[in-house]
Amino acid sequence: MSQEEFETVIGLEVHVQLNTQTKIFCGCATDYSNKPANTHVCEVCMGLPGVLPVLNQRVLQYALKACMALECDITKETKFDRKHYFYPDLPKAYQISQFDKPIGQRGTIRIELEDGTERQIGVTRIHMEEDAGKSLHAENGETLVDYNRACVPLLEIVSEPDMRTPEEARAYLEKLRLIMRYIGVSECDMENGSLRCDVNVSVRPVGTKKFGTKVEVKNMNSFRSVVRALEYEKKRQVRQIKREQRILQQTMLWDDVKGETRVMRTKENADDYRYFPEPDLPPVRISEDLIQEVSLLLPELPDKKVDRILKTYGIPAYNARLMAEDRELSDFFENAVKAHNNPISISNWILSELLRELNKDLLPIRDCKIQAVHLGQLVQLIDSGVISGKIAKDVFEVMYKEGKDPKSIVDSRGLTQISDDSKIEEIILTVLTNNAQSVNDMQAGKMKAFGFLVGQIMKETKGKANPGKVNEILKSLLLTKYQIECP
Amino acid sequence: MQANRLTISEIQAGLKGKTLTCESLAKQYLDTIAAHNSDINAFLEIDPNQVIADAKAADQRLAGGGAIRELEGVFAGIKDNIHVLNQTTTCGSKILAGFKPIYEATVVKRLRDAGAIIMGKLNCDEFAMGSSNENSAFGPVKNPINRNLVPGGSSGGSAAAVAAGFCTIALGSDTGGSIRQPAAFCSVVGLKPTYGTVSRRGLVAFASSFDQIGPLALCVNDASLVHKVISGKDEQDATSLTHSPTWSELPKDTSSLKGLTVGVPKEFLGDGIDLEVSEAMNQTIEKLGHMGAKVVSVSLKLVDRCLPVYYILSSAEASSNLARYDSVRYGPRLHEGGSLDELYLNNRSLGFGPEVKRRIILGTYVLSEGYYDAFYLKAQKMRTLIRQDFEKAFQQCDVLLTPTSPFPPFALGAKTADPMAMYLADVCTVPVSIAGLPAISIPVPRTSTQLPVGIQLISRALEEDQLFAYAMAMEVMLKGNHL
Repeated sequence: MSQEEFETVIGLEVHVQLNTQTKIFCGCATDYSNKPANTHVCEVCMGLPGVLPVLNQRVLQYALKACMALECDITKETKFDRKHYFYPDLPKAYQISQFDKPIGQRGTIRIELEDGTERQIGVTRIHMEEDAGKSLHAENGETLVDYNRACVPLLEIVSEPDMRTPEEARAYLEKLRLIMRYIGVSECDMENGSLRCDVNVSVRPVGTKKFGTKVEVKNMNSFRSVVRALEYEKKRQVRQIKREQRILQQTMLWDDVKGETRVMRTKENADDYRYFPEPDLPPVRISEDLIQEVSLLLPELPDKKVDRILKTYGIPAYNARLMAEDRELSDFFENAVKAHNNPISISNWILSELLRELNKDLLPIRDCKIQAVHLGQLVQLIDSGVISGKIAKDVFEVMYKEGKDPKSIVDSRGLTQISDDSKIEEIILTVLTNNAQSVNDMQAGKMKAFGFLVGQIMKETKGKANPGKVNEILKSLLLTKYQIECP
Repeated sequence: MQANRLTISEIQAGLKGKTLTCESLAKQYLDTIAAHNSDINAFLEIDPNQVIADAKAADQRLAGGGAIRELEGVFAGIKDNIHVLNQTTTCGSKILAGFKPIYEATVVKRLRDAGAIIMGKLNCDEFAMGSSNENSAFGPVKNPINRNLVPGGSSGGSAAAVAAGFCTIALGSDTGGSIRQPAAFCSVVGLKPTYGTVSRRGLVAFASSFDQIGPLALCVNDASLVHKVISGKDEQDATSLTHSPTWSELPKDTSSLKGLTVGVPKEFLGDGIDLEVSEAMNQTIEKLGHMGAKVVSVSLKLVDRCLPVYYILSSAEASSNLARYDSVRYGPRLHEGGSLDELYLNNRSLGFGPEVKRRIILGTYVLSEGYYDAFYLKAQKMRTLIRQDFEKAFQQCDVLLTPTSPFPPFALGAKTADPMAMYLADVCTVPVSIAGLPAISIPVPRTSTQLPVGIQLISRALEEDQLFAYAMAMEVMLKGNHL
């Protein structure tokens, strides 16, 4: 059997760091990045004797938002549990987590693949928990611990083993990140650790139902490395099976430099975390009122938004998807369309000119000087023939740099298009007189000179002549005056 | 009467009448401590200069026309598992020797705000595990009534300090009887409040779903005054209840006993109850009858399951709560270890005493995969049934009466070799803790030859107000002042 005769079965365990202002069980700020070690800590997150956790209600709200966005069933009476293990970066030697009553269960995420097909990936559960501190292993063998991260709120989001290719895993992660950013609960940046992903992967012959033995892979630091690790594991496991060797239930570490996985531990002596209900936190009852309240905070989600944009504006699906990937960008689009109803042109302007400039400057749309209404007005100026598309690009550049509205730029710089037929005719006649050689060429059948003449006319008008009219009038003048017929 | 045996109302009358100053009181307490603490071993830490300074400041405030606050002139000793700023919290354990908290317990802050002066830290069984105060890493406490006897535990230092006149009142913590049983052994009053009424912030956790801080005092009135100050919602303790009780004036006589229905669980009047204790119970019941109370026999059928349920649940929680003591971030590094596992193993082995280790091992076992359902989960279910048992009993009576301990204080060393015998000391108090109910132990007056015995009154949850009233009337009755 070849590699192609096997399929991978993939499930993901994702940790998403919530971007609440304060930690999950104390008042310390969560904004610990680039802060000196152990400066964002208090007795509670340090787990000093005698401290008690108090649940940050904002964490509950964010968790509920995530559950709703992933269409989970919400556990009406949820609770926290203690998960025990000894490690210096875990100050209490237990992590406050959720075990048998996670806040959300049975959710789903819709993914779109390159070929346009869609799949539903099941979400097994979502639960709230606290992060641990960070161990830093120095070269001299010492370990230093920074507790700034301890007690930062996390959501663990576990998928069903529903993905069959590394690309599907990537699509799942991208969609999950998109949704979390949309609802504003996390940055989901894998590079800085606000999204972490472990994968469970097994292989089986295509067409079979039984799952193979799964291997857990950790330590990927980008979506790309998740895909690479999955590809590597598939090859490794298939090779193993073809050699008639058993797959061991193991936890592997991905080595991004070597591009391979290596065994971290074999799961035969499984960890016993001795979960039991956290006695310091009463069970959390989630009322209908709270659910109602949180659902009002929920924005339109990406899938719904794409569907609606397609239906309302009739723009290409590609444009709709791309804009829906950024909530602010699609808001920008819709506001621009409100100013001028030409959604296709506006979406093209956004996705080509605007995004190119923003990407060049690494700016998010919210920091863009151009107002949505002004972009709509710019397209309106083109559509009503006030300026040409070419001039519009120059106007756009000024708008991008200075944030002014397009009308005032056009006015102050005298960029209004020349659409007066007699004026254009006058200019063309001058150009034809000054370029007799080109006219001769055309009479000799060298039609290329037409383009040159148009160029000369535009140069003469500093690009302000209405190009359509220039074409039209030039053709008719060449015909009436020189009997030259242009195609 | 000695000044250092004064009750709160006597002290405050003295302050009002200017026959007393806080400074003179402080000196008396400090003198008594200086004379006897080296033998009794109740105070582990005290800063006499600070106590005198605080007392002088209080006198000055009063001289300046300051009002007498609820606990003005009250000198409080604090069990060594409750944080007081600038003093160490050792929990009677080597593993926390020298540990200074960076914040103060809510209860201590509330005491200070009410005018109390904090004297220092009181000895206890290691991490509040024990019934004789012989499990302290800093030596046992002796019973001031008879120094050959144990003071009870785990708040043995707190009970002994009040009994010895080292302070006006003391705070203890009660997980399975740790306030009530030493109160009985030292012939003082001790209250275990309803679970959730007193903040646990700053109390080093032993078993989080049982632990409650409460007062030990010379009389019921003092205990109630302290309880009123320390109880009430604390936003920093998610298990503290939002409950604002109304406090009524406590009775000065026994008239409220008339028509009261007192339930006596028959399980606490038979086998396993020491003769001296039975006699004290019988005398009390008889007196109650004379006062016009109706004494009825009730049953708490699950009493015999309470000790196993308690030791499973409290040890499970303890194994978790005590997992953080690894000498990595605080506490003495008793061993440098080699590997990380060795560091943990060696420091925890050297830092914890045998009783604490026993409970950690027990607790770890009952939470382990494959045993959780059979032990922890089953015990949790039993806990619900035991609560219901009490609810049924309260359908037949207003208040429950039991001995506080099945036996009077025993000699130092008598039970240290037999943990099971020691655990039996809690048989009367543990059921109440499992149910989270309030209970108070009051002393039964004894003749010079008798050993101290306490009786326990139990009420419905959150009915501390009535509990104090019944206890106060019975205190009057037992002292014979009603005649």
